[in-house]
Amino acid sequence: MSGSWNASARFPEFHPLTEALASEPPPPGVLLEASGLSRWDSRFVAAVARIQDLCRRRRVPVDDSALPEGVRRLLRLATAVPEASDVRRVGGAKPFLARLGAGTVRAWEESLNLFTFLGEVLIALGRLFQGKAQFRLPDLLLVIQQTGPGALGIVALINFLVGLILAFVGATTLSQFGATIFVADTVAIGTVREMGAIMTAVILCGRTGAAFAAQLGTMKVNEEIAALRTFGISPVEFLVLPRIIALVLTMPLLVVFADLISILGGLLVSSSVMDVSPTVYIDRTIQAIRLKSFLLGVFKGGIFGFLVAYTGCLRGIQCGSNAAAVGEATTRAVVAGITSIIVFDGVFAVLCNALKI
Amino acid sequence: MNPDTQIEIRNLTMAYGDYVVMRDIQAEVKPHSVFVIMGGSGCGKSTLLRHLIGMIRPAKGEILYEGQSFWSMDDDRRQQRLRRFGVLFQGGALWSSMTLLENVSLPLGEYTDLSAADIREVARLKLALVGLKGFEDFYPSEISGGMCKRAGLARAMALDPEILFFDEPSAGLDPISSRNLDDLILELRDSLGATIVVVTHELASIFAIADDSIFLDPETRTMQARGNPRELLHSDNPKVRTFLSRGNPSGIPASH
Ligand SMILES: Nc1ncnc2c1ncn2[C@@H]1O[C@H](COP(=O)(O)OP(=O)(O)O)[C@@H](O)[C@H]1O
Ligand SMILES: [Mg+2]
Repeated sequence: MSGSWNASARFPEFHPLTEALASEPPPPGVLLEASGLSRWDSRFVAAVARIQDLCRRRRVPVDDSALPEGVRRLLRLATAVPEASDVRRVGGAKPFLARLGAGTVRAWEESLNLFTFLGEVLIALGRLFQGKAQFRLPDLLLVIQQTGPGALGIVALINFLVGLILAFVGATTLSQFGATIFVADTVAIGTVREMGAIMTAVILCGRTGAAFAAQLGTMKVNEEIAALRTFGISPVEFLVLPRIIALVLTMPLLVVFADLISILGGLLVSSSVMDVSPTVYIDRTIQAIRLKSFLLGVFKGGIFGFLVAYTGCLRGIQCGSNAAAVGEATTRAVVAGITSIIVFDGVFAVLCNALKI
Repeated sequence: MNPDTQIEIRNLTMAYGDYVVMRDIQAEVKPHSVFVIMGGSGCGKSTLLRHLIGMIRPAKGEILYEGQSFWSMDDDRRQQRLRRFGVLFQGGALWSSMTLLENVSLPLGEYTDLSAADIREVARLKLALVGLKGFEDFYPSEISGGMCKRAGLARAMALDPEILFFDEPSAGLDPISSRNLDDLILELRDSLGATIVVVTHELASIFAIADDSIFLDPETRTMQARGNPRELLHSDNPKVRTFLSRGNPSGIPASH
């Protein structure tokens, strides 16, 4: 078999050749001829390599002596190291049961990790109260500064808008009964019990939880965490505790701030659009907010702060050792953080209902 | 046990989960010597180093320090032992949120009773020893890779360790910096009397600093040779000869 090749933009068809090679008995030999070849590039070499591969599998000798010297040298280079047969990456489709099993094992390991880390954090907290933890106050203050005052702007913006939205939503139903004055109650209760804490937690999850995961993940990749360990310094005490404590302290304060701003948003809507005077609005708001509801929101803020910091740090500490893993850790931190916030909020709602808070 | 042995690796098998990296490693490290772990990329050199510094528990076998098995010591003893190690990681692994001075000071603050002023003095001295005088207040991101490694070395030396571990100290450095680092390593051995364990595959470094070495081979998943690299050049193991002579199995290194 022979043929003239040139490196035109389109490859010649392989079918005739593969069919000839597949026939029984196989052809006695393949002669590669390239008299018409003027220029060639890697595509040409790749095509020849593929033919050689096919022939080798069928044990058909190939004569490539007519090919240009450069092509033959490249081919020799490509075949100098035999294909590593045991390094094929495992992957591709596995049977359903295998995937189910692997998924279950992974989920089990994940939850083990979750609780192991929780245990480590609690032990570290215990050591902190005994005054034995490797914990630096300046680190704590720095994280507080970054997560608290640093977040005021975005927390204010979002909660102001949430206040507006609550007021408009309340107005559409309440005005049907001529009870627009109760917009103040809707905004106040909605904000103080739920939205203030949730919105702030979600913002901090995206802003701070992600940052924690990225910071700790990068430290893991750079072996900074390993370096801490070699000095006998516990990464949980040294890195995780300040972050968790900072968020548990700042979140309740941010929630109070968020409540105020959101009520301000409601006030703006009702006084400008719904003709409720600001004094009346404020009066109703003060009557609507019970101390219990307010404290509930603030308390939830503290819990959410813990959840955000915990998931962020957990994903960061668990991060693999390459740059892609840091991105993955960050994503997983945000997803886990927001999920846990909503789940815990649901639990709180059920509990509060049962306890009549 | 030979009383003249600081670290003894006995029948060590290293694994990540089910994946066995190396099996049956045997070696002894003598005090005040430079011990080199060599082998191609990905063969498990860093893994062995992590075993030696107690970060990974052996799948099988033991590591003994002055005759005591590391993992059968109680926790306090193990922590004390760890404090006598200094480790320089592959990229320096400086704590990126701290200045160089703070990096070196942190271990001093944790484990010594020195006053804050004394800690600063000592940390400054360590940085000066590695040629980083004047860079005390720089952050790791503001200095070059070679300087990061030297700063990492200063931090590793902070607590005057008896044993220093280096993971590929000269990787990514230009030949001159790499040469200077080799000289520094020899200086540490001679002036501080430290025992030094170095992971490297740079031939020039290996011949310049090694008193003793082991060669790990990824294909057989075990150690292939032990001894001074100059003697290993004439070893009857072709793999070792090939490695030490840059692929020239006749045994004459290209650079010597
Ligand atoms: N954390 C880990 N988990 C699983 N496998 C690992 C891990 N670290 C390294 N390995 C594997 O162990 C082998 C040895 O790695 P390493 O000790 O880093 O090699 P070297 O330092 O000699 O280049 C490699 O095949 C690597 O893929
Ligand atoms: Mg390595």
